[in-house]
Amino acid sequence: MWRRLRTHPQRNEIFLSFIIAALSVYLGLATREFFSLENLLDVLLSYSFLGIMSAGMLVVLISGGIDISFTAIATVAQYTMSLIIINYGGNLLLAFLIAGAVGIFLGSVNGFLIHYLKVPAIIITIATLNVFYGLLIAVTKGRWIYAFPTWFYRVPSLFSFTTADGTEYAVTLPIVLLVAVFVSTAFLLRRTAVGRMLYALGGNQEAAVRMGYNILRLRLFVYCFMGLLAGVASVVQAEIVQTVAPNSIVGRELEVLAAVVLGGASITGGTGTLPGTVLGVSLVAMMHNGLTLMGVSSYWHQVFVGAVIVISVSVTAWSQRAGRGRHRVEIEV
Amino acid sequence: MTDGGARFDLRNLLGGGSDIRTLAMLLVVLMGAFAVLLPGEFLRAATFQAMAFQLPELGLLALAMAVTMLTGGINLSIIATANMCGIVTAAILTRTVPGDVAVGAAGAGYILLAMTAGLVTSLLLGLLNGFIVAYLGVSPILATLGTMTLIDGIAVVLTKGRVISGFPRAVLAIGNGDVLGFPVPMVIFLTTALAVGVLLNRTPWGVSVYMIGSNQTATEFSGVRVRSVLMRVYMLSGILCGLASLVMISRFNSAKSGYAASYLLVTVLASVLGGVDPGGGFGRVPGLILALSILQVVSSGLNLLGVSSHLTVALWGGIIIFITSLNLLRSSRRLSKRSA
Repeated sequence: MWRRLRTHPQRNEIFLSFIIAALSVYLGLATREFFSLENLLDVLLSYSFLGIMSAGMLVVLISGGIDISFTAIATVAQYTMSLIIINYGGNLLLAFLIAGAVGIFLGSVNGFLIHYLKVPAIIITIATLNVFYGLLIAVTKGRWIYAFPTWFYRVPSLFSFTTADGTEYAVTLPIVLLVAVFVSTAFLLRRTAVGRMLYALGGNQEAAVRMGYNILRLRLFVYCFMGLLAGVASVVQAEIVQTVAPNSIVGRELEVLAAVVLGGASITGGTGTLPGTVLGVSLVAMMHNGLTLMGVSSYWHQVFVGAVIVISVSVTAWSQRAGRGRHRVEIEV
Repeated sequence: MTDGGARFDLRNLLGGGSDIRTLAMLLVVLMGAFAVLLPGEFLRAATFQAMAFQLPELGLLALAMAVTMLTGGINLSIIATANMCGIVTAAILTRTVPGDVAVGAAGAGYILLAMTAGLVTSLLLGLLNGFIVAYLGVSPILATLGTMTLIDGIAVVLTKGRVISGFPRAVLAIGNGDVLGFPVPMVIFLTTALAVGVLLNRTPWGVSVYMIGSNQTATEFSGVRVRSVLMRVYMLSGILCGLASLVMISRFNSAKSGYAASYLLVTVLASVLGGVDPGGGFGRVPGLILALSILQVVSSGLNLLGVSSHLTVALWGGIIIFITSLNLLRSSRRLSKRSA
């Protein structure tokens, strides 16, 4: 079974599922709150913002690119959206449209620059991160925004219930959006021609060019998609915390990257699945949540997350290397 | 700087990436612009001395980033490593020597001990990165993303997120003193840069570093022990972070996790601006120094003009995009000329 598992295409997902299942059993036994519906909804809500952006990051990584600037894009989208709805009014749909449009626009800037300058995406997006964010803070002077219209404070929810002790819980819009983004990204990657082209582009760019794919259009799509999701996530985040601060999103770009990579996406492109990313984000969320529930000081959380990342990427690389080594011997014999 | 007189060639100084003349020209244009915009204020010894105090922090960190980029890698853990090393040094210092006093021979011994401990810490963290990258075969961006999170986490646990401050005067002199008018941080930076330049361009190890960056498989088959070379690259990167931390903590008179976090991505930009090919194999120290000078002139000039420091950061990003598009234009023109 282990031998088959090692060569199974969804090996990473299966491995992650085992770890998450083991962790759930342990946390379920160690703490009473872990398996409660309230806790589940809390975790989903607080990770909805990270989860939405991780779906965008996955698509970028699959195409063989990387985006570091999406946190700056989200912040710019958040400020633009807040300033417009506060000064001119509007509704939630408009808020998402504005933030999404800003995200798509800034994403297209990334896409064009990466395509035409022929410089690695990581360099371009580090540069645009600084440009977008620097300009935003220079223009807004880094002011915090609190004064949202009243309709913005009422988070719409699908259904709600009241627990025995009178607290109300609800499946709110952020959670619905998170699920919607996950489902549509999975559909995009698995069931559409564009999705399959992205795997081809990330797997072998030269081959994709010779297949006659329009690389510019694909790249634009990828970075605009990331921008769009950054915009959507930024409204979700503003909706949850009810404030817009210049430093609440920027600086978390590598956290998102880590979660997606934990989920099995390759940094060199061509591989990665949405279920894997969901598992990667879940693992990070569960670790934070579990440590909190077990009363471990929050100082320790990062140590655990860091150790899990180091061990996970090391084991993956080591097993791949060992696999290659065995393969080589078989060919020689 | 590292080339002998006979083979001295300006274009050679930079290798593949950007052109040293473009950078030198940009530096001159920028200085000229600021001299006009700030008459009598920019071209002053005080301005240049201030710049010489500010540049080395970013400079040493950029060197730490650049050496890994030469092999086609990256080191995202440089800031975490520097802060960890600073915290170790600061913890030993504040426990052994009372702050802000002149110290005797015993005190000097403790200061030396504290700094050695800090540098050893940075070397060990570099060793950890090197082991994961070279021997476990993890891609550098992932390996150092993990160690960054881990090291930063440990630093937070050790300090509970608090600041450790209050160092003896002798330590503060490292960050704030000067030798014959030359700021000590600048002396440390230039000496280190020279040493790194010699290591890279005058030793067999340095040649292997560039070869690995160009084609790792070919290098392996040519008999170079790639793993051991890579290991040393990350150890060197670690030590450079350690040196940066000594300058940093003595300038701030304190150590804390999370200091200089915004420098992480800027060091990548500085390296690329200085001609380091992000794919590896090309890039030299003089180009990097020139790039750092450009960033510093922009930052100091705009600061004197009263422009927000955030706009400076935006401009840094803009300069990278500008320079890369210039390089692209030039190379495409060269190509079309050749085919004509």
